[in-house]
Amino acid sequence: MLRIALIAAPWLLVVALWWLVSISGLVNPGLVPTPPQVGLKFWQLLTAGSLPVDIAMSTGRVFAGVALGIALAVPVGFVLGWYRNIRGFIDPLLNFFRALPPIALIPLVIVYFGIGEPAKIIILFYASFFAGVIVMYEGIAQISPLYVRVARTLGATDSELFRKVIVPLTVPHMLTALRVALGVAWATLVASELIAAQRGLGALIQNASAFFQLDVIYVGIICIGVIALAMDFAIRALARRFVAWQDRIA
Amino acid sequence: MTTAAPVRIAFDHVSVEFASARGTMRVVDDVTYDIRDGEFVSIIGPSGCGKTTMMNIVAGFVQPTSGSVLLDGAPIKGPGPDRGVMFQEYGVFPWLSVRDNIAFGLKLAANRTPEAARDEIVNRYMRLMGLADFADAWPKTLSGGMRQRLALARAYAVRPQFLLMDEPFGALDAQTRSAMQDLLLEVLAAEGKTVMLITHSVEEAIYLSSRIIVMSARPTRVREIIDVPFPYPRQEALHETREFNELRSHVRELVMLEYAAQARQTTPAAPRAADDIGRIRRGKPPGGAS
Repeated sequence: MLRIALIAAPWLLVVALWWLVSISGLVNPGLVPTPPQVGLKFWQLLTAGSLPVDIAMSTGRVFAGVALGIALAVPVGFVLGWYRNIRGFIDPLLNFFRALPPIALIPLVIVYFGIGEPAKIIILFYASFFAGVIVMYEGIAQISPLYVRVARTLGATDSELFRKVIVPLTVPHMLTALRVALGVAWATLVASELIAAQRGLGALIQNASAFFQLDVIYVGIICIGVIALAMDFAIRALARRFVAWQDRIA
Repeated sequence: MTTAAPVRIAFDHVSVEFASARGTMRVVDDVTYDIRDGEFVSIIGPSGCGKTTMMNIVAGFVQPTSGSVLLDGAPIKGPGPDRGVMFQEYGVFPWLSVRDNIAFGLKLAANRTPEAARDEIVNRYMRLMGLADFADAWPKTLSGGMRQRLALARAYAVRPQFLLMDEPFGALDAQTRSAMQDLLLEVLAAEGKTVMLITHSVEEAIYLSSRIIVMSARPTRVREIIDVPFPYPRQEALHETREFNELRSHVRELVMLEYAAQARQTTPAAPRAADDIGRIRRGKPPGGAS
């Protein structure tokens, strides 16, 4: 009970501050909708508006981008982490691409991939891949070669070594990479939906900004935050289950 | 120890050199000795002198630069389950329970064991090592001494003919260390093996071994080979005897001289096990000039 109260307290505090600001008269009330106004708008959009579709579209794009990004980041990160000499050459290149803000790539993505669904997913893929690959290779590079030696002295073949030692040691890093990639993908969502998106939470926010519907913008932002948080929780629960052997769980 | 027992491990004019940033560094210099069947041989000498490198040759991780090391008369081709290795850092697999750690080797193709026999072996070693109550625990919940016993059980489970131990008790407190030494002697009495132990501790070397090889400072040479005259089984009380103390003074004096010689050297510490591991990780053949 106390635990629930402690978890709820900072959230309630933030909502209370927001509410106080909006009713204090310090700012124009038209610029800061109150929590009940936003709650009401949320309900309207959810029941009579496009919100369920927007959420589904955005979540689908994030899943697609992250799935593709991690599918590539795991093998690439593994190779870079395991073979240090390759890593030395590739590392600057990775950091170059990672530093580019996805939003800056949008014009090029439109030229090369058009304005359809693939273009949006490519932006998310880009962001997830570079976030994921670095987490992956940093993690793999820290795996102690001691376990490889031990397995060898017990008679492990190359394939046994891979399946029974390297894979189990890789799983925690895969989960961390997934977690980081999901966070980055949600943060990049609005940028990806700058590309002629009709639906999606990013599109909802941009359309609302054109009509100065601040309450809708609040709803969009809060939805992105809540969904990203829920996914992070889910992955952490997964990690607790599958890598319970770790000293410290993310 | 009867000299009639056959030679199992033969070092013949073995030298090992590592390539370092400042040129070639000789770590082991023209070392010759034999380890016979059923012997317990301790290798003692200053830290960083090259003891671990000698064990890594027998384990199959390092090739001598010159000379040869023969295992039952044949050259060593890589690591194998006939030689159980106890690493200084234990290397207990953190993602496996106690039971699965011990069973790991038995599930490999090299020592495939039917499930019933496997369970029996695992249960026996868990009982012997006092781990039965922790069968399903993760290694992270175990104490240092328990991890050490787990590593020993895992090495024993595949029934190696040789046990190669690199300062296995170094990280343990005095009481645990002494208990582990007695446990080791007990287990060895039940299933004879040929043992090579790398240690810093003169007491440990005398208490456990049938023979002690004192190594010099780097590049390491054989300084003296000492037969330990005490019969097995040995008991704690052996430590208190006059003979034990005389032998201890003698060995300690030798070792201290070599420590002093090592300290006078201005060269940095030899590339030890960490360097070999680096080579393996980088996909290069372990040891030798690269």
